[in-house]
Amino acid sequence: MDRTPRWLGALVGGVYFFLHLPLLILVVFSFNASKFSVEWTGFTLDWYRLLLERPDILAGLRVSLIVGLFATAISTVLGTLLALALARYRFRGRRALESLLYVPLVTPEIVVGISLLILFAGFKVALGIPTIVIAHVAFSISFVTIVVLARLAGMDEHLEEAAMILGADEWTTFFRVTLPQLLPGVLSGALLAFTLSFDDYVITSFVAGSGSSTLPVVVYGMVRRNIEPTVNAISTVVLVFTSLLIYLADRLGRERALR
Amino acid sequence: MGLRRRLLGWLGARSSLRGWALVAPAGLWLALFFVVPLLAMVGYSLMPRGTYGGVEPGFTLEHYQRFFDPLYLTILRRTLVVSALCTAICLLLGYPVAYVLARSRRWRNLLLFLVVLPFWTSFLVRTFAMIFLLRDTGLVNSVLLKAGLIQEPLTLLYTPFAVMAGLVYSFLPFMILPIYATLERLDPSLLEAASVLGARPAARFWRVTLPISLPGVVAGCLLVFIPALGSFLPSDLLGGAKQMLIGNLIQNQFTAARNWPFGSAASLVVMVTVLVGVLAYLRTRDRPAPGLH
Repeated sequence: MDRTPRWLGALVGGVYFFLHLPLLILVVFSFNASKFSVEWTGFTLDWYRLLLERPDILAGLRVSLIVGLFATAISTVLGTLLALALARYRFRGRRALESLLYVPLVTPEIVVGISLLILFAGFKVALGIPTIVIAHVAFSISFVTIVVLARLAGMDEHLEEAAMILGADEWTTFFRVTLPQLLPGVLSGALLAFTLSFDDYVITSFVAGSGSSTLPVVVYGMVRRNIEPTVNAISTVVLVFTSLLIYLADRLGRERALR
Repeated sequence: MGLRRRLLGWLGARSSLRGWALVAPAGLWLALFFVVPLLAMVGYSLMPRGTYGGVEPGFTLEHYQRFFDPLYLTILRRTLVVSALCTAICLLLGYPVAYVLARSRRWRNLLLFLVVLPFWTSFLVRTFAMIFLLRDTGLVNSVLLKAGLIQEPLTLLYTPFAVMAGLVYSFLPFMILPIYATLERLDPSLLEAASVLGARPAARFWRVTLPISLPGVVAGCLLVFIPALGSFLPSDLLGGAKQMLIGNLIQNQFTAARNWPFGSAASLVVMVTVLVGVLAYLRTRDRPAPGLH
């Protein structure tokens, strides 16, 4: 194989810098004592301490966690069932369903947000945590299904047949053979669903209503009003938290199925 | 129950009914909370505007006619140009990354993770990181000032440049990943064959590698173009809402302007553009790769 030319390596290095430097700088300056400039005046944890004193951030965090947990639980169960059906069963309307699965992936977020707003307004549903959960599940199901489908594709169906031949009934086979093998995929899907829910601003901003702002909605307000170092601090917290989730999802996704 | 009968029963049950029972919850959720809202949006775009948001019964095409107003045509054209330019820049920057990634050995997992990570991190936080970098008292300006290269801060934030930087920064991973996926599956023996037949490195790239990666390129372009088309955060936060994109227009109609049917019509224009792109993609994907016989 050819060696990678030096200019190509430099270009790629530059792109990696562009992808990660802004976030790194953001994190570093969340520990900077100076309030107004990017001049480094000393290390401080003041901005993090200030976060804990802000009721709007704490309330937003609470809403985000509640929404995230419900949305993750629902979309993981529904998405996994859908993946099992698509991988293991033949039924009428399968192709149509597969296309339906990809619609959420190609629909711009703003369209999802306003169309749900129209639906809720049409049925006079009060906006709040339940409507946010409904919206988040609607866009997370597809991601869970795709991750679980990938896992199912790497699994050996003969193991299930073997369990059957050895006398296990269907439920036992599912819970003792299929599910344990599927679990890394399911968990990986769940972590992604939670991250999607926890990070979403655009769709949430349309279906949240005034009393139930999630953390991104609160942060958006802070960014709009004026830039203060507390935004760096909360951004760092969000960043570290979601990076951890993605790292775990990535690890689980790579784990090999028994063959 | 005999073993044979049980196995047959199991295999038989894998047909229609059982499958539908597994599908029903997710299928219903997607139909009810994804498809029905989109249809409702189409309906809204064809109805007269209500006084306090919402609509009144009736049928009208006025919201679509409004689009021929030069003001809105400009927004539409600007959105298409900005999205296309963003896609082109992402392709120019992203292809080399995918190429090097697919050929790397030792660092591949780490390098790949470093692309996947921004793919999932908060869009809002990434946009804010750009603000922090580009504003008058931001890092770029203070470094340039310190170095004596400029006397007073450059206006970087709230410019078209800042919007483009934010868009590219946000969507670049969407370009890299699908191209990487096609390059990773590239059979090295094809390149060896080309080499044996006398093709120089440049020819090997243009006549073997690039054609094979084309489906990934098209998928990546689509994955960048679609969210760019509907985006409103970068133009809002980095552009200072000076140059409206169609995403800002839609958001505005559903908040301050309270003209839901016009906002719905604008959304439908976006959605139709997206569908045309997706259908074009499906056609290229189903065609065999060029140059391979």
